[in-house]
Amino acid sequence: MTFWEMFYNNKLALAGCGIVALLFVVSLFAPLLAPYDPGAIDLKNVLAPPSAGHWFGTDQLGRDVLSRMIWGARISLKVGFVATGLAILIGTILGAVAGYYGGWIDALIMRFVDIMLCFPTFFLILAVIAFLEPSIWNIMIVIGLTGWMGVTRLVRADFISLRERDFVTAARAIGAGDARIIFLHILPNALASILVAATLGIAGAILTESALSFLGIGVQPPTPSWGNILTAGKDNIDIAWWLSLYPGLAILITVVGYNLLGEGIRDASDPRLKR
Amino acid sequence: MIPLLLGITVICFAVMHLAPGKPTDLQTQMNPKASAEMKERLLSLYELDKPLHVQYVSWLKKLTRGDLGTSFSSDHRPVADKILERLPITILINLLSLLIIIAVAVPIGVLSAVYQDSLFDKVTAVVVFVGFAVPTFWLALLLMIFFGIQLGWLPISGLRSLNYEYLSTWGQLVDLAGHLVLPVFISAFGGLAGLSRYMRANMLEVIRQDYILTARAKGLSERQVIYKHALRNALLPAITILGLSIPGLIGGSVIFETIFAIPGMGQLFYMSVMARDYPTVMGILLIGAVLTLLGNLIADVSYAVADPRIRIS
Repeated sequence: MTFWEMFYNNKLALAGCGIVALLFVVSLFAPLLAPYDPGAIDLKNVLAPPSAGHWFGTDQLGRDVLSRMIWGARISLKVGFVATGLAILIGTILGAVAGYYGGWIDALIMRFVDIMLCFPTFFLILAVIAFLEPSIWNIMIVIGLTGWMGVTRLVRADFISLRERDFVTAARAIGAGDARIIFLHILPNALASILVAATLGIAGAILTESALSFLGIGVQPPTPSWGNILTAGKDNIDIAWWLSLYPGLAILITVVGYNLLGEGIRDASDPRLKR
Repeated sequence: MIPLLLGITVICFAVMHLAPGKPTDLQTQMNPKASAEMKERLLSLYELDKPLHVQYVSWLKKLTRGDLGTSFSSDHRPVADKILERLPITILINLLSLLIIIAVAVPIGVLSAVYQDSLFDKVTAVVVFVGFAVPTFWLALLLMIFFGIQLGWLPISGLRSLNYEYLSTWGQLVDLAGHLVLPVFISAFGGLAGLSRYMRANMLEVIRQDYILTARAKGLSERQVIYKHALRNALLPAITILGLSIPGLIGGSVIFETIFAIPGMGQLFYMSVMARDYPTVMGILLIGAVLTLLGNLIADVSYAVADPRIRIS
């Protein structure tokens, strides 16, 4: 069976794909889909419970929670892709260099990875944020800069086994340089595992961003994000359950979607599972 | 171990000094009375006017004496003291959640492997998968709403009730335990999913080994085969996973200590980040990394204790 047939037959992977696609559509058409302006303050309608007019209720300033969640989807999408993209870029380059060259370069890079892994990631992110202004770009960069270690290990392992293969020797025999061999010959063969790591990494980045925004050091109000709606949920925990319930469900479903998609890609690209 | 420790200090130092702005800016900018001369005196007090490698060495020398500097907050206390008084509760909660993770995840993993593809196995697979995706701070909010506010069974903030002083010793213990239920559960939750899934995979692999066949062939009861022969071997790699989960646990303490208002190291870290109290932030970052290193060391040692093959080689 080909990759696509394997993937197509996996209902859970398709469900994950559907969830991720839905997130894209919602983000893309947020201005059309949102029933209200996400920043429109309505002080006569503060903390209104879910009703026909406001499906998910309103927050402490009377803003429509559903509209804020729809715009918040954009933040999640952006953070997931930019942060993970950065982590994948760093991890792939370092892992490729370590695995391809070996020797002292490999030792140096891998010791660095070991040291970075000693830091509780959330601590490291918070410490860096303490020195920078909390903004969405800083958050994305910091999440990316602290999340590349796993990718490095993965890519290095792939490169170590791939560099001994005949096609690499053949490429070298026709005079291809190191950069050409690394990026054009070996990297495409490691792409499947990188793609899986990226998909699962997006899920992790979205979780981290929501936790940071929840603590007030991520996306800053009035920009809506799922995490900072939950902050309002905590502040009004005894009177407004809807502020806590719905944004969290959105995070949960999104993360489940990316995880299902990632595992689907892994299963479909794993030759051991092919029958 | 020593190179790792040195590397940790280098990273801490780099984070502190590569960031834009000087740590003394906050003290001088907020103070209109601060003259240029005073700014320079502050800089030389913190040795910020010296070359980087000189600063690093003198910082390292202070570290070896257990001196993490003085907090920028209004109390101006030594950072080491501030961290030490908050460390026990954080370590207590993390140890309790480690125990819960082991006590719950191992049986779940074993049972779902032994009864592979049963209803139990399928239900736990779904629960575990969702468990991976749940934002723990959101779960904390929902549990606070349900158990704390709707049912009113559990306290949702702090470590002690207002009437703590007037309770008997037993009452104080019950009160403390009540306050710890939700934080410990939230802290353990993330690790539960990971370890139970890992235990299941390990058990499935071990059950297919030849020595299990041998154990069955010599007529041992299924109970003895599973719990004595298989479980012991499946538990070994789990020790490493527990060691690897320590940074996540410690990092998570920021979240649950902030939500539940627990006066531990995580809450101190959060407050220091918000107040830009650099010496305290750096101190806790360092302690967090050292705790992780210690946890991994303990995992390595217990692996050697549990597996004679490693001890010999």
